[in-house]
Amino acid sequence: MIYRNVMRYAGGRYLWVALLLVASSFVLYFSQGGVQPPNGGTWQGYVLGTVAALLIVWLAWLGIRKRRYAGGSGTVQGWTSAHIYLGTAVLLLATLHCALQFGWNVHTLSYVLMCGVIFSGFYGLYQYLTQPQLLARNRAGEARAGLFAELYDMDGEARRLAARCSPAVGLAVKSGVERTMLGGGMGAQLLQRDGSRFMQAGSGEAAATLLPNADQQPLVDFVAARIPRAAKRSEARNLQDLLAILVRRQSLLRQLRRDIALQGWLRVWLYVHVPMTIALIVALIVHIVTTFIYW
Amino acid sequence: MADFQIAIIGAGPAGLSAAARAQILDQQNQVSTPSYVLLEGFEVVAKTIQRYQKGKKVMAEPGFLDLRSDVRFEEGRREEILGWWQGRCEELGINIRYQAEVSAITGSKGAFDIALVNGENISAENIILGIGLEGNPRMLGVDGERLDRVQYNLEDPKAFHDEIILVVGAGDSAIENALALSEQNDVFILNRRDEFSRAKEGNLNLILKAISDDGHRLNCFYSTSIKSVTQNSEGKPLHVVMKTPEGDITMDCDRIVARLGAIPPRRFVESIGIQFPSERRDAIPELSRHYESNVPGVYIVGSLAGYPLIKQAMNQGYDVVEFINGNFIKPADYPLLQHQLLGLPYDREVDELLERFQALIPMFRKLNSLAFRELIIESTIIAGYPSDQVLDDARRKINTLASKLRAEGRNPRMTKVIAEGDVIYDRGEFGTSFFTIVDGEVVLENEVEGQQLRTTLGRGEFFGESSLLSGRPRGEKAIAGSNCIVVETPRRTMLKLMNSNEEVRSGIDWIFVVRELQRHFAPFAPLRELRDLGARVGTRQFDAGATIYDEGDEAASLFIVRSGAITLSRQVDGQDVLVSQLRSGKLFGQMALMGDGIRRETATATVAAEVIEVERAEFLELVQRNDARIRQLQEDVSRQVIDKARMSVRPDAAGLFRFLMRNGLGEATNVLVIDERLCVGCDNCEKACAETHEGLCRLDRKSGPTAVDVHIPSACRHCEQPHCMKDCPPNAILRAASGEVFITDACIGCGNCEKNCPYDVIRLSYAAPKKPGLLSWLLFGRGSGPGERQGFEPDAEAKARGKKAVKCDACVNVKGGPACVRACPTGAAKRIGPAEFVALVEGRMQ
Repeated sequence: MIYRNVMRYAGGRYLWVALLLVASSFVLYFSQGGVQPPNGGTWQGYVLGTVAALLIVWLAWLGIRKRRYAGGSGTVQGWTSAHIYLGTAVLLLATLHCALQFGWNVHTLSYVLMCGVIFSGFYGLYQYLTQPQLLARNRAGEARAGLFAELYDMDGEARRLAARCSPAVGLAVKSGVERTMLGGGMGAQLLQRDGSRFMQAGSGEAAATLLPNADQQPLVDFVAARIPRAAKRSEARNLQDLLAILVRRQSLLRQLRRDIALQGWLRVWLYVHVPMTIALIVALIVHIVTTFIYW
Repeated sequence: MADFQIAIIGAGPAGLSAAARAQILDQQNQVSTPSYVLLEGFEVVAKTIQRYQKGKKVMAEPGFLDLRSDVRFEEGRREEILGWWQGRCEELGINIRYQAEVSAITGSKGAFDIALVNGENISAENIILGIGLEGNPRMLGVDGERLDRVQYNLEDPKAFHDEIILVVGAGDSAIENALALSEQNDVFILNRRDEFSRAKEGNLNLILKAISDDGHRLNCFYSTSIKSVTQNSEGKPLHVVMKTPEGDITMDCDRIVARLGAIPPRRFVESIGIQFPSERRDAIPELSRHYESNVPGVYIVGSLAGYPLIKQAMNQGYDVVEFINGNFIKPADYPLLQHQLLGLPYDREVDELLERFQALIPMFRKLNSLAFRELIIESTIIAGYPSDQVLDDARRKINTLASKLRAEGRNPRMTKVIAEGDVIYDRGEFGTSFFTIVDGEVVLENEVEGQQLRTTLGRGEFFGESSLLSGRPRGEKAIAGSNCIVVETPRRTMLKLMNSNEEVRSGIDWIFVVRELQRHFAPFAPLRELRDLGARVGTRQFDAGATIYDEGDEAASLFIVRSGAITLSRQVDGQDVLVSQLRSGKLFGQMALMGDGIRRETATATVAAEVIEVERAEFLELVQRNDARIRQLQEDVSRQVIDKARMSVRPDAAGLFRFLMRNGLGEATNVLVIDERLCVGCDNCEKACAETHEGLCRLDRKSGPTAVDVHIPSACRHCEQPHCMKDCPPNAILRAASGEVFITDACIGCGNCEKNCPYDVIRLSYAAPKKPGLLSWLLFGRGSGPGERQGFEPDAEAKARGKKAVKCDACVNVKGGPACVRACPTGAAKRIGPAEFVALVEGRMQ
């Protein structure tokens, strides 16, 4: 096997490391008892807490290792694989450390932030394992730049053909091309919202109106509706050609919009995962310091 | 009495330097009328350099060679250098005649007659030819071809506005000019044929699109040629009559740009009586040590003589004028040879040593002495010493001089001193240089079927030809024997030599065939017993895509791939299915001799390939030997039959394999392949590349083809026979022993490698500004942070240094291997070699 995903890196080496860690944590946890019930204050609790805190720092270090391009040990894939398995283990370690004692305090805040980081990580992992295939399938072997280049050609072609049609069609298509929207804010990108518009000429003295053109379908319908009503054969042919271009354009825009959305989903979770990690580290410092102050 | 003692033809660097020397000698001798004339076909000096783009940086390689000329030359911009030369011409009052194109040279030494195109005749005792390799542009061949507004090159398409321009030609330069001009002019392109068959695919698409686009100010006349051009007295300045399939038509225009290619200078050179040693296109005429050709009195210098660098050409121009005047000065490269030969255990003059060396090597004996001298200058001399004491002394001598020279800012090539028993190269190392034994012994060590095989080579013998010709890694280990002196010649020099010397070529070809036969059929047979047989076996060449044999053919020969790659395919349900892919060193077509004599598949060349063909008689002779490895051969065939049968029932796998081969993996040794099912598009690979290579990324993840989720980004394939290395004037592209092809600082930015790379992975770029420290980025927002990339404006220093070629070096100097692969968080980016291609394809099919 030349390619293995992060879960199977080195035959799942870090899965075994994580399992070993969890197993020994359980042993440690159940060795508690006697005078004190299991909690963070027993020596076992301290050990679990220290290991978990060190692990969190190490997990966060991935952000630095990833950017050490020339040096750094191992491969980033190896680090990522370990990051996932050991990160999952931290969830158990910390839970055993606190022995399920929660309250409205900074200690539980750390715990909650940690859960946020870990679960956003799970979501990211799910994205990393599933989205690339969807992305590749959607692009069908073409690069995004290639799709844009083709769209640009189609735009030119549509304008050229529209110029030969009636002024109403000309205006609709020209404005439709100019007011096509891709991307936008984060929500628009992720949810593939389409704010495209086109302009329809008013009849007689009436002013032109701007109509929504989501997914380009209204414009396609507009042109298609004119084909059976064409007065001349040459006009019908021009409209047919134009329609073919508009439909191709529509499909390209769908591909691009989906590509942008999929790429977005692959990235957006990091905007939760990373800031929350920083918050977690701050909370963790406060947790440790207060623990020692009130000892 | 001739008009001049010396006629110098061509005012390029060589010609100018020669003329300057002649002028200064005239001044010293207080001659009132010049003893020489410099003839230039154009209206300016250094036509080739004039044609460089504006502001182009001209480098002064090789750095280790000193300039010996009365004309200034150092690294600088095109305009600066042309300025120095033009200025020096005027300052010295050089006797130059512009627009004096030579049409013929007759006569002999002492009385040459030079006929000019304008009808004049000049006589001279000696001739120096410094006309370069570019040749003169092909003219229209009609009346009016020399009118002012009929031009044969185009410096700046932006210089013309709203003109009607006819562009004549159908090659890449015609297309590029027509497209550029049509941005602000009305352009008609005249193609003599009915299609653009000579153009590159990219240009072809562009021109066809532009022609069919109504909005573009470009139109095409197919099957059309110009009949005549005359000057108009009013209206548009030119009146053109064109011959079209529909009869003659006329048109008035502002300008004609004819791009009809160049007439190679070879025909002109041959017309003088100068002989070329072979028909090969890049053959170089034979010259004496004083650059004199086989026609006494005619001297050849510069790129026509095989010296593509400006400094070499200028030195030769100087030297040759001195020689003609009877001053046999030591050439400017004399000290180079001194340094190279310093570590040898002889105390003799350079020239004497060279003569002795040449006499000791049978293959080089017939080489002319200038060519041999050049070979040594470009080679490394390796000297092996037996005892520690002598070895230490030799090393000390070399080091002392080297450090002294380095202190003067020079970096000469010195003798490479090694100890007896040291490894010259190891098995599996990449290396394309060629070794000749001048003295002593070298031991080649090999392992065949678990047994060690040692061969001792002696004086005059050579080795390393296998990697030189095939591009594959070394198949054996070479160890310095007693008192050995070995000449290690780089591939480019060797190929140049093979192209111009039939003797060297056939000698190397022959030994290659013999060693290849030995390897495949009888590894334990003494080489001498196979020599006669080797002479009877031929080598054939095929262009990419050419068929070697067809399925169903009756045949009685087998093949060994000498270089390139071969695709074997079969017809399965009417479809062409790839069943096998072979690289250099592999056998194919054995079934014709070991089976029923019918070809079971079609063999085509994947990339340009050379194959050795072994006929039945020679095959039988080989396998009937006692030491033949017949069982091995049979086992190989059985295994191949199974593999091919398996592939032919898997047309999907075959399809992917074909896709890989089409994209250059047939000749790749190390290629970046991305699994699209894993790639999240984070571009960490590109960032890592830029961060480890002075801010310049050498791969483009997004571009490049994709099939079955296998993506081949634009990145170097590290080809077996690198196309980029083919034509690098300063020899700046090297291959590391571990296989990485990389570009050194000696690059002069000429762009040849960029043009020669079929995979578009080399570009010319200014150096990127240095990255700020982490803190100054973090606290003061200077520059870009780790992994951040910014489009940069080159700073003044980078601009002064000029653009240099940039390509992937597979992180040859980075600890831990290629940064792109190490930085990939998902394991999608891998660098793989030919051995893993099958695994890659099979992994996809699960």
